[in-house]
Formats: sequence, structure tokens, C-alpha cells
Amino acid sequence: MLMTVIPIAYTLVSLAFLLSFWRLIKGPDAPDRILALDTLYINTLALLILLGIHLGSAIYFEAALLIAMMGFVGTVALCKYLLRGDIIE
Amino acid sequence: MNDFLLSVLILTGAIFTFIGSLGLARLQDFYTRLHGPTKATTLGVGCLLIASALYFSIRDGGVSLHEVLVSLFLFITSPVSAHLLAKAALHLRVKSLATLPTQKGDTPPKHP
Amino acid sequence: MKRLLPHPVLTVTLTILWLLLVNQFSAGQVILGALLGWLIPFSTTRFWPDPIRIHQPLALMRYFVVFMYDIVLGSFQVAYMILRGPSHLRPAFIRIPLVLKTDLAISLLANTISLTPGTVSAWLSEDRRTLIVHTLDTGDAEALVADIKQRYEAPLKRIFEGSE
Repeated sequence: MLMTVIPIAYTLVSLAFLLSFWRLIKGPDAPDRILALDTLYINTLALLILLGIHLGSAIYFEAALLIAMMGFVGTVALCKYLLRGDIIE
Repeated sequence: MNDFLLSVLILTGAIFTFIGSLGLARLQDFYTRLHGPTKATTLGVGCLLIASALYFSIRDGGVSLHEVLVSLFLFITSPVSAHLLAKAALHLRVKSLATLPTQKGDTPPKHP
Repeated sequence: MKRLLPHPVLTVTLTILWLLLVNQFSAGQVILGALLGWLIPFSTTRFWPDPIRIHQPLALMRYFVVFMYDIVLGSFQVAYMILRGPSHLRPAFIRIPLVLKTDLAISLLANTISLTPGTVSAWLSEDRRTLIVHTLDTGDAEALVADIKQRYEAPLKRIFEGSE
């Protein structure tokens, strides 16, 4: 049963990727694009966790943790740039 | 039984992740778009992480709890990034379907 | 005691985080975690403004349960709103007057609001008295404000600022 569910989950997460990517390209404003990038990070997280379950390997967890952290720092830095016009004050 | 529970968790997680991005693509203005990824996607990834913890706990016969770390991190950071994005959008006066707050001190000041 | 162990809550949290990170619950890891949990707050003590005081641990637990329940409920509601389509939404900005004073309590309230049904906190006014919140579908703004104040703000005030 698990092996029939996982391909469906892959499909849904990939569709989520496409939708976020569409928003990244379309915009229209800078915050929209940052939000799309943030969502793409979280989608990547979902995909990596699925991959970990599918292949039965715990190694993907470390990558997921790193991506979560980098994604958050990236979003905060970009927002800070929009708010202040500068990142490091 | 475990297999069934795992499948339900994975499917719920994937559906919520998808709906979050659907909201991002489908809704009309920036502020409503913000709601999809912050709530639906966070819960979706949370479900997938619980499924992962359950899967590795059953397979290795111990407790695998480090997935909790990622969910904790996600649940702490996603409202923070949503707040910062909303703040940046208010600052830039991004168009909204709702009327933007107008009172003094209710929006970020213009930078010099 | 105060100088040797400046932030007991932070020490316990860091120890638990370390154990989760290595995903191994042996005695050696517990000792190493406790050591790190002591060393990190000790060496960064000037970075932490003031130690956290929890007045009612039981109320904190109850708050956490309510919070988890609302996250699940909130996600289902938002999912339903997204699927039903943008034409049914009534987005609005509402103002929530705050009674909370401490930074920690205000940021916890803002985070809670962002994760629960149809609301995202957008801006804290300069004087830290009002929180501007964007809502996805507002019927009655007054009722929503009253609900948020009663459901989240009152317990947070009791937990972190005492009842006085």
C-alpha cells in the first residue's frame, strides 16, 4: 500500500513545485517572489522527506534540516533588504 | 495497520503541500496568498515528518525522534517569515483587496 | 547559583535539542548535551536580555494543546477556502489592541495568530500597543478580536506576566 501511495504523493508535491514556480516567474511584486521562493524551499523539504521514506535512508534528513535553515535565513535576509534597503547594518 | 496509518499521513501531507501552493498560485492579492503557504504547507510538511518518524521507528525498532526537530523548526520559523513578508509588503504598499490600514503608526514608516 | 547557571530553561531546552539532533539517547550523549546546554548559555550570557519566567507551567501545557488543535483546524479551514475559490473571500486588516507587555509574550501571540485559522499578523505598531492582523475571511471583526483576546492573549498573560 505504501508503494502505491508514494508515487501519488510525488505527483502532488511536483505539482506544488510547478505552481510555486509559476508564481515565482509571474510575480507581480518582489514580496510575491520571495514568498514563492520560501514555498519552494518548503516543497523541497517535503520532497526530500518523501525520498527518505521511499528509499528507506535516514541520510536525507540532514539535507532537509539544512534546507529548512537556509530557507529561513534567506527569506529573512530578503525581507530585511526590502524593508531597509540593506542587509547588514 | 501501520502501513495504513503511514499511507494516510503521507497522502494528507502531500495534499496539504499541494493546496498550499495552489493557494499561492490561485488567490488574487499578495496578502491572501500569504495564508496558503504559512498554514497549509506547514501542516503538510508536519504530517510528512510524522510519517517519516513513524516509518524509521518501526523499521529500526527504536525511537526516531529527530524529525521532531525539523517540524519544531518549521513551526517556529514559518509564522516569523510570514510576518516579515507582510511587513515588507505593507512597507512597499503592495496592492491589496482589503483596505490598507491608514492610521499613523499602523504601517511601517518610509525609509529616508 | 545565578552566575553558574544563568538560564535554567535554556539549558534544559538545549539538552533536549542536542539529544534530538544526534537521535541517540545513551548516557554519554545526555552528559554531552547537558555540558553543551550549560556552556552555551554561560558563554553567551550577555546576549540574552532577561531569563524567562513561567508563572503557570500547567497553563502553558493547556495553551499548547489548544494551539495544536487550532493549527490543524486552521489548516483545514484555509484549505477549504483555497479550494472554494478567491471570489468567496472577504479579506480585511483588523487592529488588535494589546495588553501584553513583554517581548516574548507579544512574539508568541503574533506567531500563534499567524498559525491559526485565517489570520496572519502583519505589523506591530511603533508603540507596541496594537497588532495589525490580516484576515482571510472576516464576517464580524469585533467578535474575532474578542475571540483572539480571550483564547490566546489572556492565557499568555497569565503564563508569562503573572496574574497581577
